[in-house]
Amino acid sequence: MASFKPTKVQFLPKLGEKVTEDTLYWKNYKSPVQIKEFGAVTKIDFSPLAPHNYAVTASTRIHVYGLHSQEPIRSFTRFRDTAYGGSFRGDGKLLVAGSEEGLIRLFDICGRVALRQFTGHSKAVHVTSFLSDGFRVVSGSDDLTCRVWDVPSAVELSSITEHTDYIRALAPSKLNPDLFVTGSYDHTVKVFDMRSGSSVMTMQHGHPVECVLLYPSEALLVSTGGRYVKIWDLLKGGQELVSLKNHHKTVTCACLSSVGNKLLTGSLDRHVKVYNSSYKVVHNFDCDASILSMAVAPDDEVVAVGMTNGVLSVRHRKHKKDKETLTSRRRRGPSYRVFVKGKNFVPRQDDFLVSKPVKQYLRKYDKQLKSFEVSKALDTALQMWTRTSKPEVTVAVIIELNRRGTLKNALAGRNEESLTKILNFLLKHIFDPRFSRPLLTVGDIVLDLYRQVLHQSPVVERQLQRLMEVLGREAELQQELLQVLGILDTLFASLTPRKEVAALAALPVDQGPQLQAA
Amino acid sequence: MVETSDIRVVRCGGSKVNLTPPIISSDSRFVLCTSGDLVKVYSTRTEEWLHSLQGHTNQVTGITLNPANHLQVYSCSVDGTVKLWDFIDGILIKTFVIGCPLFAIYVSEKHTGVLFLHVSMATDSKNECFQLVSVHLPKSAEQEVEAKEMSAVSSHISKNPSCTAFGRGGEYIAFARHLQLNVYFFRKQKTYSFSLKATDKKGAKNAFTCIACHPTDDCIATGHEDGKIRLWRNFIHKKEYTYSTQHWHHNAVNTLCFTPEGTHLLSGGIESVLVQWQYGADNRKEFLPRLGGSILHISASSDGQLFCTSHSDNKITVIESSFKVCGVIQGLVKGDAVLTDLMIDPRSKALVLNGKPGHLQFYSLLRDKHLYNLDIVQQEYIYEAGLDQFEVVKAAFDIKGSWLATVEERGKKSSDLEFFLKLWAFDERTQSFVLNTTITAAHTDRIISMCFSSSEETTMLVTAAEDSQFKAWCQGADADTQQDQNFWSCDFVGSYHKLNPTNCSFSADSSLLAVSFQEVITIWSPDTWEMLTTLCQPPGVIRDLCFGRLSCSKYLLGTTTKNLLCCWNLLTCELEWSTSVDVSKLQPDPFSENVAAFSYQSKHTDLFVFKPSEPRPLFTNKNVCSEKVHRAVFVPREEPLNSCDESTQWLNRSQLYFLTQNMDLLTFSTATEEDRMLSSSKQLVIDDSVAVTPFYLLLGKHRQQQQKLNTQSHPVSDKPQQTQGSVTIKELLHTPAHVLPAASVLCSMFVNSFLISNTGVQQDPLREEMDSEKEEEDSEEEMEACDSQQELRAQGSVDEVTPKLSKAQERELKRVRKTDFSWMAGLIDSKP
Repeated sequence: MASFKPTKVQFLPKLGEKVTEDTLYWKNYKSPVQIKEFGAVTKIDFSPLAPHNYAVTASTRIHVYGLHSQEPIRSFTRFRDTAYGGSFRGDGKLLVAGSEEGLIRLFDICGRVALRQFTGHSKAVHVTSFLSDGFRVVSGSDDLTCRVWDVPSAVELSSITEHTDYIRALAPSKLNPDLFVTGSYDHTVKVFDMRSGSSVMTMQHGHPVECVLLYPSEALLVSTGGRYVKIWDLLKGGQELVSLKNHHKTVTCACLSSVGNKLLTGSLDRHVKVYNSSYKVVHNFDCDASILSMAVAPDDEVVAVGMTNGVLSVRHRKHKKDKETLTSRRRRGPSYRVFVKGKNFVPRQDDFLVSKPVKQYLRKYDKQLKSFEVSKALDTALQMWTRTSKPEVTVAVIIELNRRGTLKNALAGRNEESLTKILNFLLKHIFDPRFSRPLLTVGDIVLDLYRQVLHQSPVVERQLQRLMEVLGREAELQQELLQVLGILDTLFASLTPRKEVAALAALPVDQGPQLQAA
Repeated sequence: MVETSDIRVVRCGGSKVNLTPPIISSDSRFVLCTSGDLVKVYSTRTEEWLHSLQGHTNQVTGITLNPANHLQVYSCSVDGTVKLWDFIDGILIKTFVIGCPLFAIYVSEKHTGVLFLHVSMATDSKNECFQLVSVHLPKSAEQEVEAKEMSAVSSHISKNPSCTAFGRGGEYIAFARHLQLNVYFFRKQKTYSFSLKATDKKGAKNAFTCIACHPTDDCIATGHEDGKIRLWRNFIHKKEYTYSTQHWHHNAVNTLCFTPEGTHLLSGGIESVLVQWQYGADNRKEFLPRLGGSILHISASSDGQLFCTSHSDNKITVIESSFKVCGVIQGLVKGDAVLTDLMIDPRSKALVLNGKPGHLQFYSLLRDKHLYNLDIVQQEYIYEAGLDQFEVVKAAFDIKGSWLATVEERGKKSSDLEFFLKLWAFDERTQSFVLNTTITAAHTDRIISMCFSSSEETTMLVTAAEDSQFKAWCQGADADTQQDQNFWSCDFVGSYHKLNPTNCSFSADSSLLAVSFQEVITIWSPDTWEMLTTLCQPPGVIRDLCFGRLSCSKYLLGTTTKNLLCCWNLLTCELEWSTSVDVSKLQPDPFSENVAAFSYQSKHTDLFVFKPSEPRPLFTNKNVCSEKVHRAVFVPREEPLNSCDESTQWLNRSQLYFLTQNMDLLTFSTATEEDRMLSSSKQLVIDDSVAVTPFYLLLGKHRQQQQKLNTQSHPVSDKPQQTQGSVTIKELLHTPAHVLPAASVLCSMFVNSFLISNTGVQQDPLREEMDSEKEEEDSEEEMEACDSQQELRAQGSVDEVTPKLSKAQERELKRVRKTDFSWMAGLIDSKP
């Protein structure tokens, strides 16, 4: 005796987003923690030392946060005007920052007062950084100069004026203490060598450069500006490797993850995009406002994003440990022991085994279908939760009823309330190509059944009016689409040489071959 | 033309087992059912086919147990004979020649020596008028007896055998036809008839469909066309009869059956639900749903412990009285039509065709056994007349048997056609096919033809549909869904001048694909999807298409609707030859160059087997059968025959099976093969017919052990002994009594002859032992001690027969023997 076969719900394959290892990795973050700053967050820098605190430059302050704290553990507030570009030294003990007034300040991470002040820039300094030897500071300013300062003596070592517009991007080399890269609003990216005292390489980005970034190997350079992200190969003399255009507003910041060197870019269009090693976008974070700055903690523990509205959003990585503690706390039901009770009993040789019949678990609508209660089954399938979150289940039940030839019986004899439910469902899904065929039959049957009594209910009548409008619009749309298709066909036909008959293209269009017919 | 008599058409496997009610033997161990011209005996426990009762020359139409001897069974057949069998040993006991076709048989306990038979009254078969006759069986010792002593009981008999039943062990007989129920009382020799109106106010159809009589009570249960069951009572009086009506079935009640005690009534119909009504408390019923096809017959065993239902899908279900299915005997399912082609599963070599609704059945032709059903549709089948449901219409295997493609279809009658293309992968672990891909809208119209590529490396499926396109499907990544490599997706869509394709076929090395569009055959290269050439031989739409194999692989064969068989040479792209013959089925042999063509001309089918390269056919068989043949298949043999005869050579490696329109599965067999079959069938032994009871377990074990012991010990020691003994016994028996010495003298000699004598060295220690024992016996005084000693000795002697003892052991034994065991006597004394 066969058992009852439950209704098959068809799951059509989802188009679009695919699940890869990268998406799984980048999805594995907790929901972001929002920290309100006083102004737009222009720079975030992680300390290279162990607790990996991070300095956030916003308005006239620089706050230093611990990884898991929402309150700043230290703040530097001695700026008279907006501070810019707070960044740590390689040992994490010193912090340097520029400011709107042109001063560059150097702080001890434990102190409050500036240890050194470098004066010399005549305009705002937006980018500052330590060179990799740790004894020199390089800064880029709106006065078109790039200056190198000596930390112990607080004197200017050199000043280079090669850019013709504001300098807004800077990246020192970690391998060579004499190299750094600057990007400017004059659309160029320049590599400077302090030994020669001038630029050794110039790349044309084509848009005002907002950010430059060196890969750890320092063979590749990333520059962002306008909507473009460009990757340059420094070993090939600054040849452009790729140009990416995935954002639809200016790309303001870029950083690298420490696991697998994935590139992340943030833009004014409020998206953070993650690229894989072949520069395909593999993941996308959405933010509330335009992104100005972004940083990733070592080991990708934290992704911090600063925005124009002064909100710092911090995402922490999920760990398995967290999950386990969470579930262990949540679990209140019977313990594992209860479920395996008696299941792991191994019968001995002489035991006579009486097997218990396996109980078949059926959904409610299946149970009703099994006992031929068709109206009830349709009601169950039209319940609020099912019809909103799983319309395919509702449609599957409708198809099953139609197959059994009892759809008419199930739809008949309904009151206004349940009829509205059905009509609402039709209105929502009738032009979904997956469902349209069975739903159109439902519509037909409803009209056939209730034609005599429709005018008695204004609600139902209004819904039918809307259904008619929707269907009319859909029909028009289809017609237009067919017209476009016809136009395209003629275009393709005129493109192909004569005496050749184009075969219909196969599903992958680029593989569609040309067929010859005699 | 070579026409030889050693190849003949034989009916093979899978005839109907559901034609008549199956009967259960009185010990509930066997189920008997008719199957073509055989009566088959199955075991109820193992569901295994034990043997068949062979002897009728035409369809067996009824079987019934002999009421006088429950180990015998009567069977009647259209060939006009009634045969009495011993069904356990499969021996034909007697044949009664009646002389006219018989359609049903009934017996009753009160009428010993009388059979009741359905015979056709009218000579012309159109006007079906049946008569119930009683036949007195003549008592004669001969094997074949003519029984001519007939007397008609009634002529108002329905042709449905289940509309006749005996009541109360044979006091009356009830039979119904159309709207009339008749009861004939044997004692009164009178017929009472009761009739119903054709329809009542609600439009119920009241025609009788079946009848059953209560075994002890005066009650007749009748089933009706609208699903009602009526229980008639008090029909002994013509006017004051009453009936009560029960209604559960929504379609006609096919069969009714009372349990032997009469406590329950069983009913079944098209719903495939076995309903058990409690007799007397009519509202209490039990159900056993989803048994398979619609229920045609129900029968109960004489002790009421087992029920048997036979179903329309050629199945017999054995059900325990606790309403649990305990066995299923499944024959080859043959519906109204075989929609899929006949196919061979390359792995199991089983015949595959669509079986019960929505399933593919795998049937082993070698063992004539149903292997399993593969659920293709995976939907609950609703047993309701006239409901349009999904059916498997196309199926194809790839060459290794690791992929199966199926098409299921619904909506033949209505305009909106629904169909699915499904691909199944063979799972090594579960040894069955697992659904891999479902394609919902493979084409916009019905799929006409489907074939797999025949290369081993890459599997490719080509479907041709009525939407004037053909599509190639490949296993691999779909650009849109980015799913695993395992799924199938469309690779190419081709069409030709918007013509509807009619057939498609791959060449043997799958380097070419031929797709026929109406009158034109197009040849494509599956690697580049380039159309290479077109072939055309008007007039007539191409019907069948096949490539030659092996040495003939350069030929392409095609048949048209205008009775033309064409052969093209693909190297020259020219027509090699064509002949005018109406080919209904063209079937290439996958193991040789041969091609079989069935042609239907003037109401009979001819078979031609030919090689495409040769003008003369290898084999011709005129008048294979009288119906059209649409399905045929070559089945590879397990071991090839090595016949050198030119006409039978084509059957060496594979066997040709074909299916006629009447759904008979036929095949060609050669004389050598039949000989082999015969010899093998003689070796078949019926299983031991002893029931496995606790008592049997006890005794049977004992007996088996004994047998084992015997077989072990006989050759070693007993044989010479026996011969010796037999000499003495002979002496004893063959000597005339008056010369024999006194019995007391003979006795010792006689007993001695049974003793085991050891020869050679071994004899001496034994003698010594005996001597010493004798001394012992003498010395002993107490008789009991002596007895115990003797017992010991007896045991000892048994032990000592076989093993050779070393000297040291012997000495030890002697020592033991000589020790005084008198203390044991005391023990034994004290015990009781």
